[in-house]
Amino acid sequence: MKKTYKIEVDCANCANKMENAAKKTAGVKACTVNFMALKMNVEFEEGADAKAVMQEVLKSCKKVEEDCEIYL
Amino acid sequence: MSKKQKKVLRRIVISAILLIGLHFINTDGRTGFVLYMIPYLIIGYDILKKAAYGVKNLQPFDENFLMAAATVGAVCLGEYSEGVAVMLFYQIGELFQSYAVGKSRRSISELMDIRPDCAYIENENGEIESVDPDDVAVGTIITVRPGDRIPIDGTVIEGSSSLNTSALTGESVPRNVAEGDAVISGCINLSGKLHIRTDKEFGESTVSRILELVENAGSRKSRSENFISRFAYYYTPAVCGLALLLMVLPPLFNIVQGNAPGFGTWVYRALTFLVISCPCALVISIPLTFFAGIGGAGKAGVLVKGSVFLEALSKVGTVVFDKTGTLTEGVFEVSDVLPEEGYDRERLLGIAAAAELYSTHPVSRSIERAFGKRADAAAVSDVREIGGKGVMARVNGREVYVGNAVLMKDAGIIFNSCSLPGTIVYIAEEGKYAGCIVVSDRIKKNSLAAISELSKTGIRTVMLTGDVKSAAEAVAFELGVNEVRYELLPEDKVSELERIIDAQPQGRKTAFAGDGINDAPVLSRADIGIAMGALGSDAAIEAADIVLMDDDPLKIPKAVRISKKCMAIVYENIWFAIGIKILCLILGAMGIADMWAAIFADVGVMVIAVLNAIRALSVSKL
Repeated sequence: MKKTYKIEVDCANCANKMENAAKKTAGVKACTVNFMALKMNVEFEEGADAKAVMQEVLKSCKKVEEDCEIYL
Repeated sequence: MSKKQKKVLRRIVISAILLIGLHFINTDGRTGFVLYMIPYLIIGYDILKKAAYGVKNLQPFDENFLMAAATVGAVCLGEYSEGVAVMLFYQIGELFQSYAVGKSRRSISELMDIRPDCAYIENENGEIESVDPDDVAVGTIITVRPGDRIPIDGTVIEGSSSLNTSALTGESVPRNVAEGDAVISGCINLSGKLHIRTDKEFGESTVSRILELVENAGSRKSRSENFISRFAYYYTPAVCGLALLLMVLPPLFNIVQGNAPGFGTWVYRALTFLVISCPCALVISIPLTFFAGIGGAGKAGVLVKGSVFLEALSKVGTVVFDKTGTLTEGVFEVSDVLPEEGYDRERLLGIAAAAELYSTHPVSRSIERAFGKRADAAAVSDVREIGGKGVMARVNGREVYVGNAVLMKDAGIIFNSCSLPGTIVYIAEEGKYAGCIVVSDRIKKNSLAAISELSKTGIRTVMLTGDVKSAAEAVAFELGVNEVRYELLPEDKVSELERIIDAQPQGRKTAFAGDGINDAPVLSRADIGIAMGALGSDAAIEAADIVLMDDDPLKIPKAVRISKKCMAIVYENIWFAIGIKILCLILGAMGIADMWAAIFADVGVMVIAVLNAIRALSVSKL
C-alpha cells in the first residue's frame, strides 16, 4: 500500500534526513521525500497499520529534524 | 512570506542593527565579548542548537556544523564582529533561499492545482449536494456548474458548454462540448451547466493520474542531481579535513623551522575555509533547476516524469515517430474514387459500403462516410470477412469482392493496380473488376514544422509504420523525414527501434513518439518514450517517460529546447558554484580572502545560482 503525505520542511538536506529516518521505521517498506513538492511518499509493509506507522514515522522524523511536520 | 520566514527576518534586522551599533562603540575585552554575544545568539541560536543535535546524532557534517564551528572559532580568536557577520549573512542567504524555493514551488503548484475538492450530485428534490469525489461510483450522474472543475472523467448527458482545458493541455482556446461528448477531469467548465455520467472512478481519472505522475516525478533523479548529492557527501568532510590540516601543518612546519608558529593566522584561515566550504549553492540550485524545468515544461503541456528524462531529452540524437495518429490525424478519408467503365462514383461507393456494412475497420467507416448514408441491410447477404484481405458478400443478389490486391488475385480477378498513396480498396462484381477507392490519412498541420525544426537542430527523424509502402513513402516525402520503415507489425517496431538505438553514436539518446495505442512496448523500450495526446490512455501514461497533453507534434522540438535550456542552467550552476568555491578556497588558504570575502562568496554564489535556476521556469519564448 502506498500513500502520499504533505510535509513541511525547510531545507533539502533536512528532507533527506527525514527520508532516511522514515525508511528505518518499522512497517515502512520504502519512502521517498520530494523536497520541491513537499510530499512524502510512503510504501507500507504488507498488513501494516498505516495510521500507527505514520505516528512512529513522525516521531523519528522529529528526532532528526525537529521543525519538520507531516500532515497526517 | 511565511510566519517562520518573518521571524527570521526580524532576527536578521535586529542583529544587523546591533552589529552596526557595536561597530561605533569602543569594545574591548570582556565587555566586548558580552555585547557581541547578544546579536550572535539572537541570529545564531537555532544554528548552534541544530549543530549540537547533529553531533549528538553522529551526523555532524552539515552546514549547521560548519557555520557553528567557524563562528565559534572566530569568537575564540577575538574576531567577534566577523563571527556575528558570518552567522548573519548565512541566515540572510538561507532566508533568501527558502523564499525563492517557496515562490517557485507556489508558481508550480498553481499550475498543478487541478485537484477538484468535491463533486456535486443533484438529489431528487433538485438540490445540489457536495460529495467527496472518491465516493462517487462509476455511472453516477454529477452536475458541473460554470466555474467548477470537472472532477471525474465522463460523458456529457445533458447540457452544452465550453471547457477551459489549459491546465491539462496548455491550450488556451476553449473546447466546446455537447451531449454525448467525452470529457476529462481537470477541465474548467466555462459557460453552461453540464450533467455528466462518470465513466471512471476518481482514482482512475485523468486528473488523479496526472497528479500522481507529477508527485512522483522527483523520485527519478538525473545523473547531474545524483552527482551533486555524491559531491556534497564527500566535499564537506574533505574540506573540513583540509581545514584541520591547514590549522595544524603550517604552524608545525614553522616550529620545525624554528620560527614562531603563528597559530592565530592559520586557525583564522582554517575557519575561513569552513565558511567557504558550505555546499548550499550546489545542493539547492541543481534540484531547483530541474524542478523549475519540469514545472516550465508542464506549463507548456509537456509532462516529464523525472529529471532523468529531461536530461536524456537534451541529448536526443534521433526521434522515431509512429505514423498513424502521431504525424497524421489517424482519421481516414476517401481521397479518390476510380470507377471502371459502366460504374460511377455513387454506385462504387454504394457497393463497397454495403459489403462492408458490418465492418468496424476505420477504412470501412470512412467509405460509409463518403457514401453519405448507411447501406440498406436488406440488400446484403452472405457476408464473409477474409482476415487481412477484405470481404466477400452478396449485394442485391450479385457476388461482390471488396478488399486489397491479394483478395483480387485470390479470386482470380483481373484488375488495374493503383499506385496512388493511401490504402487502396479494390471492388469486383460478378467476377469483373469494377474500380477502386483510395482511402488516406490526413497529415497533421504541425507535423511538417515539427520535423523541420528537429532537422534544423541536427536531430535525425525516422518514421515507422504498419502501413503499406506507397502510403508511408508519400507521407515521409511530404514531411522530409530522414528514414522510413513500412509494413511493420507491432513487434517489428521494437526490433527496428533497437536497431536504431544500436546505430546511435555514444552518448546520444533515442526518443520514440507514438499515440500510445498498441505502442506501449516501443514506448518503454526507447530511451525516452513520448506519448502524444495520451490523456485518457492509461497504458501510454504508464509506459511513457514524457506525456504530451495534446497531440501537437510541434511540442516535441519545444520539449527538446526546454530540456536544453534546463541542462545549460544546470551546468552553468555546477561550474560557477564549484569554480568560485575552489577559487575562494585557494585565496583563503593563501590569506588573501578573509572571512568577510568568504561569506560574501558563499551567500552571493547561492543567490546567483538560485536566481539562475528559476530561469528554467520560463519557457514561453522557447
